[in-house]
Amino acid sequence: MSNTPSELRYTKSHEWLRDEGDGTVTIGITEHAQELLGDLVFVDLPEVGASVEAGNDCAVVESVKAASDVYSPVSGEVVEVNEALDGAPETINEDAFGNGWMFKLKLSDAGELEGLLDAAAYEALVAEEEH
Amino acid sequence: MPFIPHTEDDIRDMLGAIGVDSIDDLFDEIPAELRCGELEVIPSGLPEMEVARLMQTRAREDGQPLCFIGAGAYDHHIPAAVWQLTTRGEFYTAYTPYQAEASQGTLQLLYEFQSMMTALTAMDVSNASLYDGASALAEAVLMAVRANRKSKSKRILVPRTLHPLYRRVVHSIVRNQGIEQVEVAYDPATGQLDRQALEAFAGEDFAALVIPQPNFFGVLEAVDDLTDWAQANGMLAIAVVNPLAMAILKPAGEWGSRGADICCGEGQPLGAPLSSGGPYFGFLCCREILVRQMPGRIIGKTVDLDGKPGYTLTLQAREQHIRRSKATSNICTNQGLMVTAATIHMAIMGGDGLQRMAAASHANTIKLTEALCSLAGVESVFDGPVFHERVLKLPIPARDALKMLAAHNVLGGLDLSDDYPELENAVLVCATELRSDEEIEQYRNKLERVIASQVQTPCQLKPDW
Amino acid sequence: MIYEQSRSGRHATAQSSIEMAELSEIPSAQLRQRPAALPEVSEMQAVRHYTRLSQKNFSIDTHFYPLGSCTMKYNPRACNSLAMLPGFLARHPLAPDTHSQGFMACLHELQEILKHVTGMAAVSLSPAAGAQGEFAGVAMIRAYHDARGDSGRTEILVPDAAHGTNPASAVMCGYKTREIPTGPDGDIDVEALKQALGPQTAGIMLTNPSTVGVFERRINEIAGLVHDAGGLLYYDGANLNAILGKVRPGDMGFDVIHMNLHKTFSTPHGGGGPGAGPVGVSQRLEPYLPVPMVDYDGSDYLWLTEHERPDTIGRLSAFAGNAGVLLRAYVYARLLGREGMQRVAEYSTLNANYLLKRLMEAGFDAAYPERRASHEFILTLKRQAKELGVNTMDFAKRMLDYGVHAPTTYFPLLVPECLLIEPTETEAKEDLDRFVEIMQNIQREAETQPEMVKQAPHSMPVRRLDDVRAARELDLAYRAERD
Repeated sequence: MSNTPSELRYTKSHEWLRDEGDGTVTIGITEHAQELLGDLVFVDLPEVGASVEAGNDCAVVESVKAASDVYSPVSGEVVEVNEALDGAPETINEDAFGNGWMFKLKLSDAGELEGLLDAAAYEALVAEEEH
Repeated sequence: MPFIPHTEDDIRDMLGAIGVDSIDDLFDEIPAELRCGELEVIPSGLPEMEVARLMQTRAREDGQPLCFIGAGAYDHHIPAAVWQLTTRGEFYTAYTPYQAEASQGTLQLLYEFQSMMTALTAMDVSNASLYDGASALAEAVLMAVRANRKSKSKRILVPRTLHPLYRRVVHSIVRNQGIEQVEVAYDPATGQLDRQALEAFAGEDFAALVIPQPNFFGVLEAVDDLTDWAQANGMLAIAVVNPLAMAILKPAGEWGSRGADICCGEGQPLGAPLSSGGPYFGFLCCREILVRQMPGRIIGKTVDLDGKPGYTLTLQAREQHIRRSKATSNICTNQGLMVTAATIHMAIMGGDGLQRMAAASHANTIKLTEALCSLAGVESVFDGPVFHERVLKLPIPARDALKMLAAHNVLGGLDLSDDYPELENAVLVCATELRSDEEIEQYRNKLERVIASQVQTPCQLKPDW
Repeated sequence: MIYEQSRSGRHATAQSSIEMAELSEIPSAQLRQRPAALPEVSEMQAVRHYTRLSQKNFSIDTHFYPLGSCTMKYNPRACNSLAMLPGFLARHPLAPDTHSQGFMACLHELQEILKHVTGMAAVSLSPAAGAQGEFAGVAMIRAYHDARGDSGRTEILVPDAAHGTNPASAVMCGYKTREIPTGPDGDIDVEALKQALGPQTAGIMLTNPSTVGVFERRINEIAGLVHDAGGLLYYDGANLNAILGKVRPGDMGFDVIHMNLHKTFSTPHGGGGPGAGPVGVSQRLEPYLPVPMVDYDGSDYLWLTEHERPDTIGRLSAFAGNAGVLLRAYVYARLLGREGMQRVAEYSTLNANYLLKRLMEAGFDAAYPERRASHEFILTLKRQAKELGVNTMDFAKRMLDYGVHAPTTYFPLLVPECLLIEPTETEAKEDLDRFVEIMQNIQREAETQPEMVKQAPHSMPVRRLDDVRAARELDLAYRAERD
């Protein structure tokens, strides 16, 4: 699991989050999550302007045989969504931590970032699940 | 043992292999107190010959009266080939095509069905069927509430010109999710949805407007205007159509400036016999943008490893077996065999054949209602144009008239007094292409005698002074 | 594709001999401008086309079809021909009772038979399929609590191994669902159940024998726990075939059940329906049964509708459900009688246990090796997937080459790499033995030429299909300009 970027934060439900340092964060699903799901065929993103609570399901990723909710790691207002995914859900398969980002939030409580996993803790979690 | 192939030797060998003494031992994990004894109340088995005799007697018992009832189930000609092919074991005894490679027959047929339904309704996409027309409308309502992102409302506008049984089914199915149907009155002159009554709802938040075509009275609604009105007011337009009528009427996908958003209905006129109300099938079509909100199976065309075209279940992540509590619907088994019949029916009839069938039904109903309206006191209730049904007012209570006609083996239509008490002595009549001129004449003559007998009755009862 | 045989101006003339009648009354603005683009073919072209399509299907009539949880047993031909007698086919659903007594007699007797064979107080036949029966059942549970003003019950409990329809049906009735885990022996985790039960519990939906193919041994205790918490028990009749006439859901303490007549009562699966999902209830839910139902007053059969049954949850289809399917089930029930129904449970259980034993002897891993199989059982191919790289999907696809429809794969979700196998009572011992041989062959192939198995099937009309493309590049209908 060398490809778990150390600058990101993670959740137990396999989302990643990048603190942009300007009060906003970028959110996506992890490499491990996309592997579990297989080829994605559809992504349903939240609407810009929507407010989400930490732990709420606010997006859906769909493969042929599965559909999985994406839970927001933190609370905030959706300020941007990755519209490029609309016609190209496979971007998440190809580049989960980069071009496969899903949405950006304006944080409502920066303190929530504290509760998230770092790369090492997330890797440990994945290792345990695979066991 | 009927349908069980085991010989005594088989049973002994199999029990030996398992390592038990008797079949009863195989139930040893079941708590003994739960085991039931002989179910004396249930009759013993009968040989096929005797069951056949019983069923033939019962089928005969119900006679085959001359039928002028429509009201959601229509007596049409079905080409002989349709059910001969449909009941081939390979269609009849297959199941949902989960193993696509071993189910290309069913899958391709369903893809052809979807193609034909989208052609007939001029909608973008079709699913592979729901249970019946009424429950398909309930699913369309649920779909509209999910899909209409402009609306936060769980209310739906439903005209009173929609089939009363459909309104009841929708209520049963959607009410537990807090969805409410708000009724819109009809115009007593035309029998169409009352445009002024509808206008009173303008600007209010509703998820959808239901537009029946033709409506329950057989009358054609002003579908272009209604579709535009619904969409201008932020509602989805849900068309509920008779698929046969779509062969001659403007299809739902062309209504108004944008077309209906969802189109559903009862597929029975396409090859399903009356058969006491089922099995029929519901169909559901929609604009492409709504496809992920659509319930039920959907078949897609794709290619195999060699690049050869093939068909497969697709968008399954909407469905209950994957999405469980978040599925678009709980539907699993649909009405596959009826869809098989409908597809073969449409292929054999073609667009032209369906048009002729629809036009003949229209013409026969006009013939019938003209014949009946030639009787004193019988008149048409609404002046709006009709497809193949019409509401007539009789000079005597409808219930009595229909009962006496039935005693003469004529089912003269549907009594509307329960659902529309304001329409006095009203019956809804229908004559499909199957009703001959002689049969129409027979109905007219019998109704004439029935009316005469009833109109005279009060005189006979007058005190003799 | 039927459209490819279409030629403009070709008609199935025997069918459209009627002259095009005048559409005298219809305003031209309401008329269709161009005819619908349906195929234009001759009747023989259509007959050949659909005959050939049918030959691309596996079906019970042509292949062993051990699709777990679906009860693919022989569909007796008499059931079809007797339900399609002209008198039954011609009956209009709104025909008066005077012209319906024969049909209604069949329905009433079927209600009675189903009532007794399940041990319930009353039965309504109207739900059109299992999932609609589930909806009806949960809606009745809700109606019961609502009628008592017990409105805090917002949750339905569902085992993690349940069919997806269970949680989906509960949600359609406005409930939230909570999953109850299955223990290592296949029975429900009763401790977890105890934790989950509370004043918010409206009921629990159980399948027994469960979807993992074993009988829930602690059912009495479970029923007591749920009832003590004020909840009701729902029985999913998907596996009724395993216990028909041997154990009755009513005697197990269930308050409401649905039956899948297309499974247990052998009505055809039809390529995905129509089914029929009658519901049975205990006395306290009787007022809420869906309409219409048939009553008998000693001389005449009568319809019971919203008028006679004001507390009903209502109507789920416009007329009386899938009437023609009900007639088929009625014929089946009369052919079998009470002894025949018990034999269904006995021989489906015998076949399943025999097949399980033989497969275990052949080296396959049962998911619950210590348990008695019901009418179906689960193998797990986890070992093959790990050691040989050949997974359950590959086994299933290869099986098609041997002329056997694959069992249910990847359900229930809690057993990895699983095959759910249901042979049914109508298969002969030779067919079961052949199935074991086929599994052994595939195992050998997986060991010696795994790539070949992973590419299977090789003899079907198509090879493995690109499901990802099907979902990403949606092609859901033929368009002349596209194809």
